[in-house]
Amino acid sequence: MNPVAREFKANARRLTADLRHRDLIQTALGKYEAVRDKTKAAFQDWQAARQAAAEIKWEAVNHLDRYLDEFVRNLEARGTKVHWASTGRQAREIILGIIREKKARSIIKSKAMTSEEIHLNEALEEAGFEVVESDLGEFIVQLRKEAPYHIVFPAMHLSRGDINELFTRELGSAPTQNPEDLTMIARGVLRQKYLAADIGFTGANFAVAETGMISITENEGNARLTAALPKVMVTLLGIEKILPRLEDLALFLPMLATIGTGQALTCYNSLYGGPRQPGEPDGPEEYHVVLLDNRRTELLADAEQRDALHCIRCGGCLNVCPIFRNVGGHTYGTTYSGPIGSVITPHLRGLQEWKHLSYASSLCGACTEVCPVKINLHHHLLHNRRNASRQKPSLAEKLTFKSFAFIVNRPGVYRVVKRAGRLLQKLHPLVKGTRLDPAYSWTRTRELPPIARQTFKEYWRNRR
Amino acid sequence: MNERENIFGRIREALRVAAPRPGHEHDSPPHLDAAPAPAGNTRQWLPLVGNSFEERLALFEKNTAALKADFFPVKDREELGRRLGELRDREGWKKIGAHNGELTNFAVAELALPLCRTDPGYEVADLENCSAGITECDALVAQTGSVLVTSRSAGGRALSVLPPHHVVLARREQLLADLPGAFAFLKQKYSSNYPSFISLITGPSRTGDIERILVLGAHGPKKLTIFCL
Repeated sequence: MNPVAREFKANARRLTADLRHRDLIQTALGKYEAVRDKTKAAFQDWQAARQAAAEIKWEAVNHLDRYLDEFVRNLEARGTKVHWASTGRQAREIILGIIREKKARSIIKSKAMTSEEIHLNEALEEAGFEVVESDLGEFIVQLRKEAPYHIVFPAMHLSRGDINELFTRELGSAPTQNPEDLTMIARGVLRQKYLAADIGFTGANFAVAETGMISITENEGNARLTAALPKVMVTLLGIEKILPRLEDLALFLPMLATIGTGQALTCYNSLYGGPRQPGEPDGPEEYHVVLLDNRRTELLADAEQRDALHCIRCGGCLNVCPIFRNVGGHTYGTTYSGPIGSVITPHLRGLQEWKHLSYASSLCGACTEVCPVKINLHHHLLHNRRNASRQKPSLAEKLTFKSFAFIVNRPGVYRVVKRAGRLLQKLHPLVKGTRLDPAYSWTRTRELPPIARQTFKEYWRNRR
Repeated sequence: MNERENIFGRIREALRVAAPRPGHEHDSPPHLDAAPAPAGNTRQWLPLVGNSFEERLALFEKNTAALKADFFPVKDREELGRRLGELRDREGWKKIGAHNGELTNFAVAELALPLCRTDPGYEVADLENCSAGITECDALVAQTGSVLVTSRSAGGRALSVLPPHHVVLARREQLLADLPGAFAFLKQKYSSNYPSFISLITGPSRTGDIERILVLGAHGPKKLTIFCL
């Protein structure tokens, strides 16, 4: 087993037994589920909406060259500078280049999973710049020097007590257990950061080809301030964020909100189509958009799993996944966790090293059922398993199935093995739970039902 | 420009093999150039909105109440002036932010407070000191209880998000039924020259990042008040 998989297993075992963690996650997701289902029920036809959303994303992703070109032409027409990055390193260099050219010192950021993907904060801090996350949850995990726990709820694994302790230690604030007071402490600190920031950095939820605009969905208003106050604005987004038409948002915005947070629409859904235009009183003087590939085109080349690029990062599949709910977001060790993370990480970071995530699944299909753009998630986990074993067959597995085929194809041998099995099972309790058990890793946490004393064949023979 | 060509090259290479259409994973071969998805039907799937103006107004009112925004239909300018004055006195406003507009100018005159006007250009610190930002809007959306604003209709990007209280002055003919209607309206009004910023504001700023407990005023306004003439 590779070290990444070993660490995953160790952390998964630890967190599954962590009752406090379980309590926090169940409480948070319990509240979410109740509102999500109510909001979903208000749709006249949720299933038809899902099908349409899947088809619109299919249209966009399968004609990505055409729509990307249209998006960029429209964006550039209003004075936005567009940059292209094939890799994370290139994206970091482009962004550092902008910061250096502007002689900027401090960067205020709104939530962007793509920036986690390319480890932007570390690169900026290493280069000596101050970068501050402004989304409350992201601000909290940044203070803790942690990765976000969840793509939509970054601080879901923390209690107000944890956050109070963090704020008193890191910000020197007065102790409080009140979520409202804690929020106001962060608001106060971050307001000052906004007023001082030279560059505003954002991610994007959608890119509208028809009008050349990026769409940002949020609740706090931090992305709006990021796009309003600093003199320079930079947006980093994956090339797959494209939607063909402006009116597609009428479907995607409420669907993202419904599954993402259970709201009918999040508080602010904003479109940005360029820097400050003539006659406008504020907004950045310069707007840069960085388009990131970072192996998305490799996933695009896999026609079978191409629909994984339809993902709108709502987090819905994480929330329903029994594995995610037990092992938690950090255990994955990836930027994108949960079922979608298990599907795409092997494409983004290497199949052999990350294939274990595709095995960490009960294949219950809850993810596929909830996905607003109908990504065939649990089947893709199977596809990853198949591809991994095709690429690098496991000798032990091969041998097992060869022997199995040998036995079941020969009635005489099968009869003997059956009898032997019945006998050996009686002796099993002697070794069960110890390393002497040849099937230790399986029987350690499971009970094998007793082999029937009589086979159907024997029963049938005796009956006559 | 080089990376642009590289990325486009990889995309075109990848798309040489077609992917099955959603729901047709087992069919072959897929039809790449079949008609695009029918976005025009969105209205039939989204939450229901009534047909008459009264039904829509009632829905807007219900939605804003659920969002913890304040919504006041007002008869005439006299009532608007009176209610604004009450708000000013109750909250002890010291200074207001506003932009040039027929309704906002009326409000500014009624309130008689120190003013930060955004349209000629302004100091952020000056706007930061305002107790409220008063704006007009492009439309109201009944389906979601949203206010549609743009940098052109609402005095730029910051006026409606920086001060702790956002006050919207709307007219009843601005009430639209639903989201598809809102985007169609945007297209019709601006398609020749879009503003650089468009936003659907749905309730006051909020967060649930601490134990999923709702807190208003995370970064943006703690209060949103909508007057409809």
